[in-house]
Amino acid sequence: MPVYSDKVMDHFMKPRNVGEIADADGVGEVGNPVCGDMMTFYIKVRDGKLEDVKFKTFGCGAAIAVSSMVSEMAIGKTLDEAAKITNQSVAQELGGLPKNKMHCSNLGASALHKAIKDYADKKGIKIEGLQVEEEEEHEDGEKTC
Amino acid sequence: MTGRVYLDYAATTPVLPEVLQAMLPYFSEVYGNPLLIHEWGDRVRQAIEEARAKTATLIGAARPEEIIFTSSGTESNNMAVKGIALGRQDKGKHIIVSDIEHFSVLHSARTLQKAGFEVTTVPVDKNGVVSPDDVARSLRKDTVLVSVMHANGEVGTVQPIKEIAGKVKEAGAIFHTDAVASVGILPVNVAELGVDALSMAANQFYGPKGAGALWVRRGVRLLPLMDGGVQEDGRRPGTENVPAIVGMGKAAEIARKEMAERAAKFTTLRDRLIQGVLSKVPYTILTGHPTQRLPNHASFCIEFIEGEAMLMLLSSQGVAVSSGSACTSRALKASHVLIAMGLSHEIAQGSLMCTVGLGTSEADIDYVVETLPPIITRLREMSPLWAKHLKQGKGE
Repeated sequence: MPVYSDKVMDHFMKPRNVGEIADADGVGEVGNPVCGDMMTFYIKVRDGKLEDVKFKTFGCGAAIAVSSMVSEMAIGKTLDEAAKITNQSVAQELGGLPKNKMHCSNLGASALHKAIKDYADKKGIKIEGLQVEEEEEHEDGEKTC
Repeated sequence: MTGRVYLDYAATTPVLPEVLQAMLPYFSEVYGNPLLIHEWGDRVRQAIEEARAKTATLIGAARPEEIIFTSSGTESNNMAVKGIALGRQDKGKHIIVSDIEHFSVLHSARTLQKAGFEVTTVPVDKNGVVSPDDVARSLRKDTVLVSVMHANGEVGTVQPIKEIAGKVKEAGAIFHTDAVASVGILPVNVAELGVDALSMAANQFYGPKGAGALWVRRGVRLLPLMDGGVQEDGRRPGTENVPAIVGMGKAAEIARKEMAERAAKFTTLRDRLIQGVLSKVPYTILTGHPTQRLPNHASFCIEFIEGEAMLMLLSSQGVAVSSGSACTSRALKASHVLIAMGLSHEIAQGSLMCTVGLGTSEADIDYVVETLPPIITRLREMSPLWAKHLKQGKGE
């Protein structure tokens, strides 16, 4: 039985929006190598919308698929809408993730939110509902990262 | 998918056709309970004793009755570590294990610790080698057991067991070695090694899963893990897994006969793989000892990428290998072996373990050496760590 859903495999094998944006309006980085997964998100904002989103990810299949999915979900959204994307909704959109991958690898939305916050801070604006999750915040007892 | 290359023989080997043939009668034709004194029992008892003799011969044990059949290498290790320590606790409650033991040894030691034993762990150097002097320094008057593995399944390093055993003997402690990764692959002789107990598993040398053995020198007291009847001299009660035991014996017989031939084949393939990977993939290190390693074992850490993603891409190309990366393990922890060897978590993430076997050809190796580099390039182009590395490189 395969570990990952078809949708995860599709995003892993053909990740969307891999790369960097040289003149990005915001950059967000999450993860650490002990954890295993590191993600950097780059955003380009135009008229209050995410015109472009790119990412670079060091990590497992789930981490790469999550990053790709987040980028796809975020492009074209207003910053307010993008702030509402959660790690949970990304996992859902991917048809679920293995239980042990829900914490470490499912950080794409967090990385995106960090990039949006970076942009908002530079512009001195406030985004409704934007929360920048601390990586230590995951509510599990048996934390490995 | 263009290939089907299995380079994960350390995870398990297939059962040889001759081994399977030897096993088959013992399911439905020759099915008696070996405990019983009638023809049905006699025939099966004889088959078990033949398998015991063949298994003993493979490891140079003079007395077949010193072989205890178990269900796996894990059970053998549990039985050795817990059984010997508990059997000798009137003499002391201190045991020594190395940092890179299999979890069946490490976790057995932890269980003993909870039961009041003191456990000393000895480190390894950057090649994964345990120093006999470190073991000697850790030995105490109340040390009852030392367990250091013969060869490591993750990095292939073969330990100086004879030297370590010598130090342990001088101190009067019992020495166990987990030889699961080496028996059937390397010549193993318990008399030459000077050990008191040795674990092995049939599925590492083309025998069936569900068959293992512990060899224990006569006179070493061993407390059984399970209580029950008199099977295996009461040390491992429960009706015997007869087909598996017969299969283990057959596999042991063939392994002994073909040992030199296999080792020569494996070494050639291994070296071709190591040379190919190191020359084709920059920023890659060989893990484990460069020469004191299992003939079938090639292991690496590939920088700036993560192992699970690499395994998945290799699998999509028909190649089966392993990794000790945190993301590959269910517990999401990096291989304790790589960390004990002083590698950073970041480097350990790029772990790649390949083991060749009887079914491996040079064409298989060449296919992997050809398939791997574009996969690594692809993952590195996606990796923020690689991007940082390139930027730093340019900045200098």
